[in-house]
Amino acid sequence: MKCTYACKSPEHQFARRNFMGSLAAAGGAVVGGLGVFSQQSIAEQLQKDQKRVLVVNMAGGLSQLESWDPKPGTKTGGPFRAIPSSVPGMYISELLPQTAQQMHHMALARGVNTRNNDHGKGTYMMMTGRRQTPASNFPRIGAVVSKALGADKNSLPGHIHVSNGGGSRNNDAAYLGPMFASVTVGSGTPPNNSARPDGLTEASDLSRNSFRRKVNENFTLRRRTAVTDIYTQNYERAIQLMQKRDVFDLAKESDKDHERYGKHQFGQHCLMARRLLENGVTFVQVTHSNYDTHNENFNFHHEQLGEVDGPFASLIADLVDRGMWESTLVVVLSEFGRTPNINKYYGRDHWGTAWTICMGGAGLQRGAVYGETNKEGTAVTDGEVDQGPLFHTYLEALGIDSSGTFDIGGRPVPVADPAFQPIKELLA
Amino acid sequence: MSQADEQPQAVGGLDPKATHVAVEWKYDHPLINCRFDPQARFVFATSEDRTIQRWEIASGTRVGMSGHDSWARGITFSADGETMITSGYDDTLIWWKTADAEPKPLNTVKAHKGWIRAVATSPDGKLLVSGGNDKLVRIWNHADGTAVRELSGHEKDIYSIQFHPSGEFLLTGDLAGQVKQWDVATGALVRTFDGKALHTYNGGQRVDYGGVRSISFSPDLKTMACGGLHKATNPLGAVNEPLVLLFDWETQELKKSLVAEGTKAIAWRTVYHPSGFLICAAGGSGGGFLLFWQPDEEKEFHKFKLPDTAREMDLHPDQIQVATVHYDRHLRISKMVAKPEEKKG
Repeated sequence: MKCTYACKSPEHQFARRNFMGSLAAAGGAVVGGLGVFSQQSIAEQLQKDQKRVLVVNMAGGLSQLESWDPKPGTKTGGPFRAIPSSVPGMYISELLPQTAQQMHHMALARGVNTRNNDHGKGTYMMMTGRRQTPASNFPRIGAVVSKALGADKNSLPGHIHVSNGGGSRNNDAAYLGPMFASVTVGSGTPPNNSARPDGLTEASDLSRNSFRRKVNENFTLRRRTAVTDIYTQNYERAIQLMQKRDVFDLAKESDKDHERYGKHQFGQHCLMARRLLENGVTFVQVTHSNYDTHNENFNFHHEQLGEVDGPFASLIADLVDRGMWESTLVVVLSEFGRTPNINKYYGRDHWGTAWTICMGGAGLQRGAVYGETNKEGTAVTDGEVDQGPLFHTYLEALGIDSSGTFDIGGRPVPVADPAFQPIKELLA
Repeated sequence: MSQADEQPQAVGGLDPKATHVAVEWKYDHPLINCRFDPQARFVFATSEDRTIQRWEIASGTRVGMSGHDSWARGITFSADGETMITSGYDDTLIWWKTADAEPKPLNTVKAHKGWIRAVATSPDGKLLVSGGNDKLVRIWNHADGTAVRELSGHEKDIYSIQFHPSGEFLLTGDLAGQVKQWDVATGALVRTFDGKALHTYNGGQRVDYGGVRSISFSPDLKTMACGGLHKATNPLGAVNEPLVLLFDWETQELKKSLVAEGTKAIAWRTVYHPSGFLICAAGGSGGGFLLFWQPDEEKEFHKFKLPDTAREMDLHPDQIQVATVHYDRHLRISKMVAKPEEKKG
């Protein structure tokens, strides 16, 4: 959906004035739209609390049986054992011994049934809280919370995916506009070209930026669109980012932390996530790949979760120790789980029927388990939920009214699928 | 005994091209590994239900054995065959009386931190060796499980163990395709054979895959065979083919790479037959096979398709029968001889 301001609505006229005013002050706020909040004071309170989100995406389909819902000693259980966690009565896989000691901070939804076994659809469902249909495109969770939490007021991008490569802005904000689309960072060094060139003096830089703003102002008086907005914002963001380029520099972290998190990619990405969250980035997503283990599921989960356990547990412990736990929502998700049945190749296949989401932090019960599967993990026996209630729960945990709406071009658009409600039992 | 067209027994007339399934025994769960005991009274199989199943070869009578808290993977025997030791994914080694009516664990040793995929007995029967996901090789007194020595140096999980028939050296293979030769008496690392062709790192899927799944020596002791897989274009989807590397024992030179083109499978175990050819149990998305190679020919000279994907194999002391275990819950005994003519009328 193209985001145009040709409607000339009062909201956008107002927003344009705000935009120009903020540019004059070299600020970053551009587009309004806190329609999700019934009172401005709530939005201010949220900003004061600096709510943040970390999503850990276990790409490919993490096996619930080798992680959050083990069934040892059953036909479907596989070779791994269950170990006690820091929550009495809560057992998780032996592949996550360090994470097990952090589970009193976390909560599990063990009755997830998304009725989907397709990678693409599953990712869409878990990231948007809605089923994918040809006629619509909904913003991903990072875009939703960035907008709802006013991340556009911050000097750093509000929606960041930590991954290899970097620098690109992705197409995942749908009608919320490119302002809330994710930016990919992850090399562990400041973004390329973020330092002022040696041959350019500070005075010259200020002068040329001042000239650019004047030209922009003339242009946008009659031709302003979301595209021109993001074009302008990118310049302003780039200037601010140049001033905060050290935020992306993992060399600023201690050797001890590098050791603790691990020098492999996932460890470095977790350390980057901590650094970004500490510096006020609203939404950070870290992805670990790959769990699509149709072959040798147990070898590969041993391999992959062996890499995840230490840095993930360190990250949770650090967020707690640094006083960020009450304001940071952490969600460990995947597009689906894996079959209880073990196939011919010691693999497990796609399985959306009975699997688990792990979450914790802001606004959530600590040490809670909601939902249950049967003895062999083949069906949900209690507390069945799908992407809808989970998405509402994430938003409510952040203090966002999940039944609220965004104001998109003067039209109210629900922030979450209105057919669902949050899981009250998981909310603090 | 679900189907038995012949009674398993020692016969002459070795002919790999005449290999056929002679006996099928079915259990309740998929099977993982198998070994004949040295006296050839029994064949043992480990199962996904964490038990070990023993079939008496003469009668087909089955007895279950419980003791591991996970899947058992390694099986080895004392020199006289009266004691069996199994290794499990529960970090433990368990000693059993091979022929007890209902074998119970005699001795349990927590030997590693992590899976113990491989275990082997020294040729003189005095030492037991285990290799784990903790990347350690540990040597034990075979009789009582007391620790003798720990060998470190592998950088990836240990997949296979084989004593050199002289007893002087120990060979251990890992996920990265590295085979380390250790001096048994001193524990010193002697050499490392580079079998990296047996390892794949898939950058897209971000997984290590492959490994040295088995090690075997030629009857003349001049060649060491290391089996596993290659062409792993999709590790998570079981797209790969069997590969066996033949190393010159003296020079470490890679003499030959044995392949089975178009066979989507892993070479789970490869052994030299005493007459000089190699037998491999291969299983994967392409099915289950017994592959036969002459050591001087790259391609297999015979490929026998099994009814289901094979997961492991052992050669009977009679050198004619081969046991394989399968996902379809069967232990099968194939014979490398011509099938007896069916009785008419």
